[in-house]
Amino acid sequence: MQVLEAVNVNLVTGAWVKVGAVEDIVDGVGVCALIGGQQVAVFRLPGGGQYYAIDNHDPFSEANVLSRGLVGNIKGQPVVASPIYKQHFNLQTGQCLEDESVRLETFAVRVKEGIVQIESK
Amino acid sequence: MKKETLVVIGNGMVGQNFLEALLVRDTAQRYDIIVFGEESRPAYDRVHLSEFFTGKSAADLALATPDFFIRSGITLYAGNRVTFIDRQNKLIHSEHNDVIGYDKLVIATGSYPFVPPVPGHDRERCYVYRTIDDLISIAESGRNARIGAVIGGGLLGLEAANALRNLGLQTHVVEFAPRLMAIQIDDSGGAMLRRKIEVLGVHVHTSKNTTAITDGNGCYHKLTFADGEDLETDLIVFSAGIRPRDDLARECKLEVGQRGGIVINNQCQTSDPTVYAIGECALWNNQIFGLVAPGYRMAETAADHLTGREAAFMVADMSTKLKLLGVDVGSIGDAHGKTPGARACSYFDETNEVYKKIVVSADGKRLLGSVLIGDTSDYGSLLQYYLNGMVVPEHPDTLILPQRDAPVGLGVDTLPASAQICSCNNVSKANLLAALDGGAHTLVDLKRCTKASTTCGGCTVLVGQILNKELEKRGITVNRDLCEHFPYTRQDLYLLVRTERIKTFSDLIARHGRGLGCDICKPAVASILASCWNEYVLREQHAPLQDTNDHFLANMQKDGTYSIVPRVPGGEITPEKLIVLGQVAIKFGLYTKITGAQRVDLFGARVDQLPLIWRELVAAGFESGHAYAKALRTVKSCVGSTWCRYGVQDSVAMAIRLENRYKGLRAPHKLKMAVSGCTRECAEAQSKDVGVIATDKGWNLYVCGNGGMKPRHADLFAADLDDATLIRYIDRFFMFYIRTADRLQRTASWMDNLEGGLDYLKQVIIEDRLGICAELEQELAAVVGSYACEWQQTLNDPARLRQFRHFVNSSRKDNNVLFVSERDQVRPATAEEKRRLVRTA
Repeated sequence: MQVLEAVNVNLVTGAWVKVGAVEDIVDGVGVCALIGGQQVAVFRLPGGGQYYAIDNHDPFSEANVLSRGLVGNIKGQPVVASPIYKQHFNLQTGQCLEDESVRLETFAVRVKEGIVQIESK
Repeated sequence: MKKETLVVIGNGMVGQNFLEALLVRDTAQRYDIIVFGEESRPAYDRVHLSEFFTGKSAADLALATPDFFIRSGITLYAGNRVTFIDRQNKLIHSEHNDVIGYDKLVIATGSYPFVPPVPGHDRERCYVYRTIDDLISIAESGRNARIGAVIGGGLLGLEAANALRNLGLQTHVVEFAPRLMAIQIDDSGGAMLRRKIEVLGVHVHTSKNTTAITDGNGCYHKLTFADGEDLETDLIVFSAGIRPRDDLARECKLEVGQRGGIVINNQCQTSDPTVYAIGECALWNNQIFGLVAPGYRMAETAADHLTGREAAFMVADMSTKLKLLGVDVGSIGDAHGKTPGARACSYFDETNEVYKKIVVSADGKRLLGSVLIGDTSDYGSLLQYYLNGMVVPEHPDTLILPQRDAPVGLGVDTLPASAQICSCNNVSKANLLAALDGGAHTLVDLKRCTKASTTCGGCTVLVGQILNKELEKRGITVNRDLCEHFPYTRQDLYLLVRTERIKTFSDLIARHGRGLGCDICKPAVASILASCWNEYVLREQHAPLQDTNDHFLANMQKDGTYSIVPRVPGGEITPEKLIVLGQVAIKFGLYTKITGAQRVDLFGARVDQLPLIWRELVAAGFESGHAYAKALRTVKSCVGSTWCRYGVQDSVAMAIRLENRYKGLRAPHKLKMAVSGCTRECAEAQSKDVGVIATDKGWNLYVCGNGGMKPRHADLFAADLDDATLIRYIDRFFMFYIRTADRLQRTASWMDNLEGGLDYLKQVIIEDRLGICAELEQELAAVVGSYACEWQQTLNDPARLRQFRHFVNSSRKDNNVLFVSERDQVRPATAEEKRRLVRTA
């Protein structure tokens, strides 16, 4: 399948969109990718190299900042903490740990030929 | 039911304590309360009166919050002396012609200082030492004086001597008896105390009977003594004991003692059962009590009785522990060993100038009394043995001999529940346990709930020990682990990093932790690493630990943009630099605001703009202001002696020097400082972590102040320091705080929780009790020596600069960042405004 550039706004569902090269991402430091019109926060955890991608929009502050949160694990779950009001979000499920009613959209991530890609929705 | 009127005459410490005791007990609100106070101020802390000269204000010394009387519905007539009690008609008359009827009356008029009827005692420049107004008069007179003399070498006399010394006067103490503090301590203790006081430059004259006060030759006064000698002085403070103020009682024919004092029974009632007397004006069992603790007991007894509770005033403990002229002095029970058969045992150390004595019963089982000079660390334990009649160890001398191996205190477990822990506020161990059960699990909470150790502070260590022991016994493990990744406290981790010379988070978590870390431990460890090794915080291994502010070296605001605060040391800035700030703000469309810390904050920068903005700022000579970091923020200053007609030192130069020394120092929380050029304190130094106030002799150092949510007035730590000593103390203070504070604990709360409090901190920092000062200074020097501007470093690092972008895969901007205009500047659009803007776009 063709890998699409980010600026392409009218993406087909299921398209794999390029985030960047593996070296563009630092372990434990998020980046924000533009996938169609949507902002997605992408993380690679320290150590294992597992990738995660969730909505970059923080519903509590209504700012696009989750890629700039600190990542880690809490009770076995991989999480990112919002840099504004510090709520935690499970990177796997998007579930907010502090508020049951809040769950963020998550995205599939893969690495192909040294390129990190996200599946558009 | 109609309320009864309760009138209280006197609003001193005991009068105020009575009001508080009654409010707690009078749940049925049986009384309307009216208080008459002779002084213009509501009750204040006379025990710490001399601190008025070392920077405490009348407001600091106040015993109740300003709204106490309004909140509690009590009417206070301040500055209105009661002149007559009409018992027949149950009315009181005041100097301002108020006439108030009462159902119950409480007399708490206290005492007046006894002035010996020496010829000349009524000359000008003769004072007594009792009220804030007395102190103000002494201070005014002291301005034109060189020498001051206190007549009376008792407890209050030495306090007064301290006050004169703080005014910068050559100070003399004249005592009639052969030794100082004749009532509380023995000959050997008196001699030791005298030596220690004389070292401080205070002249002590004992066995001196003043026979006349006349015009001096070189000074205003000349004191002539019975032995023919004389002493010249510019001002005189009489502190030769107290006399009960019982004149109102005498005039209305209440029974008074032969040598004064209003006679009371065990319920604190006078010969008229509707009239009570409490405190120093009251005579119980033919005794007057000149200490605050027995007065508080009387206040509680009267409050109990007035609310229908059974209560009886019992013989009060007169033990005292205090610091006189910086010398620790303690006296417990029968200090002179007058009990028949009593045996004394003493320890006399001339090298360290420590004297300790205990008096035990004939059978060697009970402690009857003690004298401690120069070291009162055993006071708490000894007092417990004494108050609770506990059996002393087989060799009682172990109670006072130095414990060179391990501190052998009194096991707090052995104390019975009835044990009185805080004698000032009559708090028993049982009271503490009840508060603990009620959820007070920290020292601060425990103090607030029970009032224990809130008056003289002598029992703080003991209260802390009981707290820890009881939490342990109840299985309440106060889990102080930093987080699930490290089974250690922040302090533990700090020591591990230091001693094992650990340089990275991954090394620390591999050796001492588990998991990946989280938003608690990562920034905490990053801060520890920076405090210890001061490496560039955005180095590859450190960058992932930093929260967003440290990561982008700016302060994230609510819309995800950042604000920028360049360093302006001491708040001094050239017009050229000010213009640069304005030009940068215009160029990048930033909102500007002057901060409380004498800097300029530039708001509304997108993450990609930060390096562009800083390139211009660095080119103009600006450095990072660390407003984003848990680090030294700023050193605020007033304009000082250079311009100000009141300034006595160059506060701006000192502020700049301090800011340049400590900039970049990362700590458990942010650090704020200020330097004021005179006592008017325009830089508000007493609300800072470290405050410096100029004196005509040097600098006064204040520590652990705070504004914010829980304001705390800083404590005076050391006075009249030269520049080098000032900086040395601050170096040690900062590193000791960094070593021992919890994560995100400001210095104010650190101090409130520090076992041993201010005195302990002084011992560590000034006297080097722990022997770590050289180490602390080296550690601080290493940080100072490795300072580099983080923005300068970042601009020189292309890899780092690539991180400053919103999208990793696009050069577009965040379309959620939208500004509107308000008062000629930008501000973030509200959600509603954003919807409108997007629609019209």
